[in-house]
Amino acid sequence: MSRAVLAAFRSHWRGHPGQLVTLLLGLALATALWSAVQAINAEARASYDAATALLEPEDRPTLAAKDGRAIPIETYVALRRAGWSVSAVLDGRARLGAARVTVMGVDMLTTPALPPDLTEYGEEIAPVDLFSPPGIVFVGPETADRIGADLEGPTLRVSEAVPEGVALMDIAVAARILETPGALSRLFVLPDQVLDRVELVAIAPDLEEVAGPLHNDADTGRLTDSFHLNLTAFGLLSFGVGLFIVNGTIGLAYEQRRPMLRTLRALGVPLRRLAGLLAVELTVLAIVAGLLGIGLGYLVAAFLLPDVAATLRGLYGAEVSGSLQLRPGWVAAGLGMTLVGTAVASVQSFWRLANLPVLSATAPRGWARAAARTARWQMMAGLGLVALGALAIALFDGLLAGFAFLGGLLMGSALLLPPILNGVLRFAERRAKGPMAEWVWADMRAQVPGLSLALMALLLAMAANIGVGTMVSSFRLTFTGWLDQRLASDLYISTEGADETAEVRRFLAPRVAGIVPIRSAETEIAGRPARIYGVVDDAIYRENWPLLAAEAGAWDRIVSGRAVLINEQLHRQNGIAVGAEVALAPGWVLPVVGVYSDYGNPHGQAIVGLEALLAVFPGIPDRQLGVRLAEGVDRAALEADLRAEVDLLPEAVVDQSDIKAVSLEVFDKTFLVTGAFNVLTLAVAGFAMFTALLTLWTMRLPQVAPVWALGQTRRDLARLDLVRSLSLAGLTFSVSVPLGLALAWALLAVVNVEAFGWRLPMFLFPLDWLRLGLLALLAGGLAAAIPARRLMHVAPARLLRVFADDR
Amino acid sequence: MIARGLAVWLVWASGALAQGFAELGTDAKGFALPDPGHVFSFPEDHGAHPAFRIEWWYVTATLEGADGTPYGIQWTLFRSALAPEERAGWESPQIWLGHAGMTTPDRHFVAERLSRGGVGTAGVRAAPFEAWIDTWEMTGLDEGLSALRLRAEGAEFGYELALDAEGPLVFHGVDGYSVKSPEGQASHYYSQPFYRVEGKLMLPEGPVAVTGIGWLDREWSSQPLAADQSGWDWFSLSFETGEKLMAFRLRDDGQGFRSGTWIAPDGETAILGDGDIVVTPEDVTDIDWRTVPTGWRLEIPGRDLSVEVAAVNPMSWMATSIPYWEGPVVVTGSHHGRGYLEMTGY
Repeated sequence: MSRAVLAAFRSHWRGHPGQLVTLLLGLALATALWSAVQAINAEARASYDAATALLEPEDRPTLAAKDGRAIPIETYVALRRAGWSVSAVLDGRARLGAARVTVMGVDMLTTPALPPDLTEYGEEIAPVDLFSPPGIVFVGPETADRIGADLEGPTLRVSEAVPEGVALMDIAVAARILETPGALSRLFVLPDQVLDRVELVAIAPDLEEVAGPLHNDADTGRLTDSFHLNLTAFGLLSFGVGLFIVNGTIGLAYEQRRPMLRTLRALGVPLRRLAGLLAVELTVLAIVAGLLGIGLGYLVAAFLLPDVAATLRGLYGAEVSGSLQLRPGWVAAGLGMTLVGTAVASVQSFWRLANLPVLSATAPRGWARAAARTARWQMMAGLGLVALGALAIALFDGLLAGFAFLGGLLMGSALLLPPILNGVLRFAERRAKGPMAEWVWADMRAQVPGLSLALMALLLAMAANIGVGTMVSSFRLTFTGWLDQRLASDLYISTEGADETAEVRRFLAPRVAGIVPIRSAETEIAGRPARIYGVVDDAIYRENWPLLAAEAGAWDRIVSGRAVLINEQLHRQNGIAVGAEVALAPGWVLPVVGVYSDYGNPHGQAIVGLEALLAVFPGIPDRQLGVRLAEGVDRAALEADLRAEVDLLPEAVVDQSDIKAVSLEVFDKTFLVTGAFNVLTLAVAGFAMFTALLTLWTMRLPQVAPVWALGQTRRDLARLDLVRSLSLAGLTFSVSVPLGLALAWALLAVVNVEAFGWRLPMFLFPLDWLRLGLLALLAGGLAAAIPARRLMHVAPARLLRVFADDR
Repeated sequence: MIARGLAVWLVWASGALAQGFAELGTDAKGFALPDPGHVFSFPEDHGAHPAFRIEWWYVTATLEGADGTPYGIQWTLFRSALAPEERAGWESPQIWLGHAGMTTPDRHFVAERLSRGGVGTAGVRAAPFEAWIDTWEMTGLDEGLSALRLRAEGAEFGYELALDAEGPLVFHGVDGYSVKSPEGQASHYYSQPFYRVEGKLMLPEGPVAVTGIGWLDREWSSQPLAADQSGWDWFSLSFETGEKLMAFRLRDDGQGFRSGTWIAPDGETAILGDGDIVVTPEDVTDIDWRTVPTGWRLEIPGRDLSVEVAAVNPMSWMATSIPYWEGPVVVTGSHHGRGYLEMTGY
């Protein structure tokens, strides 16, 4: 019997290939979005893990300075001579060719930290070349590409074993590149220690033994975590929207095959057997569609990953490989979600199958009445979810609370949508004059339960679109203005040392409006890595620097070295407010007189008077200058004259507009991913609406037939259908605008502060909403077009049969 | 383990020891070659010679506890140059390798240390004399090498000894120019074989006071072996008569190459040529998947010497990055005495 039933299933699909395609496509789309996000996250995690395993393995004890400063080489020697078996590490950030990389210098002779595959070069590299100038630098293939061909100095060796963004080399080469010959960053404690080594405190009281990653990487980890949480949240939203389509497509598949199922039941197929076979069929279809979706997701992820990698590098300094690998983790997760989603979505269909009267029909109107009973419950749940989200943000801080708020708001609003639509339609129905108008409103209300899932999906997609769009556009507007203020100098000049800087100054002083030195020291503020800039008194700062909050006379106190400005990240994430005192280095505490915005920087930053900074960090290099030009100066000519006078490196002079262009490029890449997911989610929601309307069409004939019999033409009925669909889409859109704005507020004021440490002003972009509204109408119209067309051309005989057949 | 592998590879490629010596048969690239006309100058020659590829400071001592238990210790600092020069800081091409061994009749302890030159964790200073790598030290207490303090330790053992020379330095070959093959490979080689030793050994169960005799070897070269030579058997023996013998055999595809020095109690030396020495392995021991001869018959017909040389502990295997056998021996037969045996390339 099973074989006959399966044959019947198969012949149905063969007769209606379009239905099969819709079902598979719906499932595949839902899976694709989810697995794309998962794939990107998995790839990023794998990249971080590889880097951490090399740079800071968790199981390897390490000695580091308590204040985070460099370890003098003498301390290393003293430790070894006192019995500590340690291996030296010197790391830092440096420019190699065209790329900035993490330089990891290890003592190649004793380090326990070499990736196993590196020995592939064992035969061809002479050990002496590892240590001696120019030295050998090992990098991953993508990093090698970024470094480019014109790297002066060390020889580049490409190895897959080295994580992207890291340049692994002997400590001698690292010391030369980082220009810190006498300093070490940390010491690996080797496994074989001698019997009676001296206590650490007796030799190097400034050091401490740490296990696992150091603070600074943990910090980057926290930041990147928030980025991935962002992505995951987007992925969940997409999957939620996807579930609506799955529900829609499975419901459609059921409705389309209802006559067949009824016939099979009437022929004596037991309910249990039929349900079992349907479940088997759905599972097979889900697996096929799931695999298809994983393939699609892979393509989407592979397309987006380079931009995600660029974002993470630009915004967080974290390296992610730009090439995607098929990892079992996300493949399994994607397939699992499809199967679970299918199971959840098919519960309703199975319930209907179980209650399918073999001989009599259950009219859609009946279902609608049943749905009305659940409306009250749905409204309570929706309000409850919104309240819970608001409660989460009121009671807790942190990114998770922000996402809880977003989740509650979105899901709650989605649940509230059908009751709201019902209320609006009932209100219109009461106001309607004449039977035809009353019928139109009532019929529309009857349609809401069937369409509600698709409308909810549409609401979520549009709200996300408005919210994220508002956030990105607000951010970009703020960011552009901020760049103009922050990059107040016209030219930025880098030199190779203090002597060359002095030459440049001598030459430029009579020819330009102003020159400011750009000098900074790395330190740790409030336990996180930070950079302190020293400034001189110049109008460029007083007039342009983007301060968010400041005490009176802030700049006077800054330049005299009596106070400090901090960036917004330190202010918001570490809770340091204006008026508080902050420790900039051991024994150096200054009051905070102002906070400035500092977008795109994952770390803390502070500004003090240059003299005060030099008093604490006397060795700061003097190698960068900001130059303000007088009106009407020919930049190219000035640069040519300068180069004729001073032998500068080719890339030493940078125009302010170039920096702006690069910054905006990084910015745009950052949000390209968000934008892409936005569009995809909207497309999925449109598809959901389409399938829902198709489903409804078959069920609507019994509703339409009597109106047709009363004299309305099929053309009128089709037109009314189209208008109905457009009205519902328009109504949903009008609900999505306030919801989207609430979402934007949450993103700007809560999620951004937690994830990046800055808060942004919110700007409104009504033109964008208008465009989205038109898009919603277009989606509604397109989705209704096919059913409307069918209705227009439906054979009168078929409408008549509604009265003859007891469906 | 990986790093250890790389370390081996580094030392190997630079050619410090044992089997890798085949590579050293090639021309020395830029490295100084031993010169038969070299006139030793002290204390400078006690220090390092960075222009040569390889050099060592090598102490062995046969010791005895108060209860008569025989012990042996080895302390070695190898210098291996990747380039024939010294540079300050991390860029130094000099690699230092320390080996320490301690032998009891039934146990053998080994430790190894590895360090870059240039930064101060390892090195040799000629005057006042000091050779060190991490905590291991050989420190001159007097002028030159006449009195030394020696210490080393591993995870399970350690020793601290005072060495007092009771005789002069001894130069091998012709005025310290020691030939290693018929083709003329050679090294600069001198010894201080007259140490009286006193101190304590740290065994896992506690310290043991010991006394005994010690022998220091100093040797440097850039190409100590010929291309077909695979390893050596080296004896340093002290007889009850006060006479001493240094003898080695470099193994090759044929008969091998033998050489040695007969040292009178007052330090007078006589060269022993290839034909003067007969060595015959008699007992073998299986260690570390190899078969190593740990009992020998040694004959020098010209001196009426025919002795059995037997290991105090046949399992004196130095399981270092490049493994070899090194341990105390007991001499019986025509002459009685004790000494040290080193065998590489098995």
